[in-house]
Amino acid sequence: MKQITKTLKYIRCATFNSILAATVIGLAACGKSSENTTTNNTVGGSTGETVKVGVLHSLSGTMAISETSLRDVLLFTFDEINAGGGVMGKMIEPVVADGASDWPNFAEKAKQLLLDDKVSVTFGCWTSVSRKHVLPVFERNKGLLFYPVQYEGEEMSPNIFYTAEALNQQAIPAVDYLLAAGKKKFYLVGTDYIYPQTTNLVLFQYLRSKGIAEEDIGGGLRKEGNKTIGAGKYTPFSHTDYQAIVAEIANFSAGGDACVINTINGDSNVPFFKEFAASGLTAEDCPVVSFSVSEDEFRSLPTKDLVGHLGCWTYFMSLDTPANNKFTKSFASWLADTDVTGIKKEDRVTCSPMVLSYNGVYLWKKAVEKAGTFDPTAVMKALEEGISFDGPAGPVTSQKNHHLTKNVYIGETRSDGQFKVVKSFEKVYGEPFLEGTFK
Amino acid sequence: MQLTASRLLMSHLIALAVFALVTLALVPLIYSSGGIANHDIQRYGKYLCWAALAVSLNLLWGYTGLLCLGQCVFFGLGGYAFGMYLMLNVGVDQVYKTALPDFMDFLGYTELPAHWKPFESFGFAVGAVIWVPGVMALIFGFLAFRSRITGVYFAIMTQALTYVAWILFLRNEFTFGGNNGFTDFKKILGANLYSHPHTSTNGKELLFFILSALLLIVTILLMIALTRTRFGKIQRAIRDSENRVRFSGYCTENFKLFIFTLAAIIAGIAGALWLPQAGGINGDVFLPRESLWVVVWVAVGGRGTIWGPVIGAILISALKSWAQREYENTWIIILGGVFLIIVLFLPGGISSLGKKLLGWIRICRSRTENFITNRKKKVDPNGDGEETLQ
Repeated sequence: MKQITKTLKYIRCATFNSILAATVIGLAACGKSSENTTTNNTVGGSTGETVKVGVLHSLSGTMAISETSLRDVLLFTFDEINAGGGVMGKMIEPVVADGASDWPNFAEKAKQLLLDDKVSVTFGCWTSVSRKHVLPVFERNKGLLFYPVQYEGEEMSPNIFYTAEALNQQAIPAVDYLLAAGKKKFYLVGTDYIYPQTTNLVLFQYLRSKGIAEEDIGGGLRKEGNKTIGAGKYTPFSHTDYQAIVAEIANFSAGGDACVINTINGDSNVPFFKEFAASGLTAEDCPVVSFSVSEDEFRSLPTKDLVGHLGCWTYFMSLDTPANNKFTKSFASWLADTDVTGIKKEDRVTCSPMVLSYNGVYLWKKAVEKAGTFDPTAVMKALEEGISFDGPAGPVTSQKNHHLTKNVYIGETRSDGQFKVVKSFEKVYGEPFLEGTFK
Repeated sequence: MQLTASRLLMSHLIALAVFALVTLALVPLIYSSGGIANHDIQRYGKYLCWAALAVSLNLLWGYTGLLCLGQCVFFGLGGYAFGMYLMLNVGVDQVYKTALPDFMDFLGYTELPAHWKPFESFGFAVGAVIWVPGVMALIFGFLAFRSRITGVYFAIMTQALTYVAWILFLRNEFTFGGNNGFTDFKKILGANLYSHPHTSTNGKELLFFILSALLLIVTILLMIALTRTRFGKIQRAIRDSENRVRFSGYCTENFKLFIFTLAAIIAGIAGALWLPQAGGINGDVFLPRESLWVVVWVAVGGRGTIWGPVIGAILISALKSWAQREYENTWIIILGGVFLIIVLFLPGGISSLGKKLLGWIRICRSRTENFITNRKKKVDPNGDGEETLQ
């Protein structure tokens, strides 16, 4: 008798479990199908009084420290636009999804934003790998993505608009500035991934075209036959030991007139700059120009070790213009008033990727108004024809190649984590394909 | 005893039949009637692949006592092996308009590296999905088990293995796309891999869902079979007391090596089926974080049970995916809360819920009965209303 009860119990457990497992998928499927029949969307994601806009950034994981700032500034921009009457009379309704620093997850969330929420436009992505993962999704479903972070170029998707800095809006002006300052030797160091690799290869070709000898370009060259296919010194992500590399830089710069082009990403900058300062190298004899360190990154960096070193972006928070003062003031007061959960209110700064996100939203608004529709293809066409907007860092104009003409600034790091602008280049045309163009 | 075992087997098989009916008949039926969107069936397919991955870890951790913190190494290797085939079938429809994958043009390659060439063949790539993770596990397992690395040391070694793979696969010189990895797949055996809604081309979304379901069904069948054979008994004996098994004259190393390799192959196939449904892979698949998720699925679902890992993987992934959209700021707290509740109240995992409920009902019943008998006898020795159980 006891045996039978036991058996029955086992059966109940096992059956319960498996039915649980099997029904999950079935339920999910049924839930979805009923949802699909009840939703009745019009083209382009605008229903009734609102227009749905996707925000796809990492709010958790390793990239959250950088990307949450972009989510914040996007929500601020939407509120600002809604307060001014919305886009073509429709209020922006943000749909925020967490990419969670997980690249296949970016693709999954992009699909849901486009196909379930039917957003008109998406603002998102920071890393190149996340953009590479969502690119096919936007192309297959004819969506529209605004990408706001400096990147390596070599890409021009019909469904992505790059408000980001192209290489000639960051790396090339920085080198021009250093050449004009009399620098003759350039040491290239970066994290081993596609952005530093491409930047350094392009810079190598550019420096050679400016008459800099191969032996004056430090960090090592990788060759295939006579052709140089790689330049610079690379370390893995989260690398911490920069002793040998800094010693090499000290040797390299011993003759004077040397500088370092730094494309190290993220937290590795902490040990790099600590080691650099400890070795006795200073910004006077060997300045470091960094392409991945903006005001927002100083939250996690030893600022005193960076004083005097250079940064190059298309926006600095310290720009003293009426447009920028208005922008920083309204962002600060929005931060103070907002009740969105998860937004940090203290010690907030603005930086270039944030302003490029802000500019992106206004460019989209103007393009929608010009096209007279929210349809992504028509909006992209309007953008290709050229839309101008007076942003916090000066005027920006959209180009046919999906990039932006904008001002470029070179700044010197101050002890308060801000930059002193030392040089500006006006209205630089964004050029994504540079590799192999310098002879 | 014989009766119990065969009844148990029957219930597992019935459950499997229900599962097969849902995944191989019901879901495809709803899909073809337009009830499930393409991107949703891809998402369900991913869950099934993760479930197979969780089952492969359960084979090691639940049934053999080998905690592997790097199961995603094999998942990733399978994914990369299949990804190489898919990358070579992107065609010239890319930025650089050459037959090479874009990232190779990018890095200055003028011809395909020698080790990429065989992957132009579909058959070779499918074979590699099986033997690459298998050989990797065989070598690693041989070295680890021969040196009698067990317990927490084995877990640390596997974690180190996945970390090494992570650093290696992020390097551009390693010729697997570096940090950008493999994305933007287009064709498989000449057919379109994905549906294009605007040109009404049909893709292979349903096919990969069905293949994932088949993989999971086969692995579960394998698990059911293993628990009933002599081999399975030795396997569980190794988990419970390896030294006694060894002193009984069994070469436990060989058993463990076989199971480790088998689990790696299952994980590899799961990775290969997952890749086209996920749409891309990069070195981050080897992050220790990814392998830890698998451990969480198994633990939450129920370690050492047939269905536990399946339930854990599917429920947790579905919950995570849903919460990341609905509660984008607090989903981590929600998920963490669920884990805490399960650890505190269901240490055996979700699959022990049925058993636990029965247990609770029995306790309640006996307490009530006790209470009633005590009341009748009017015995209340402490005077605090609490009954004392004998």
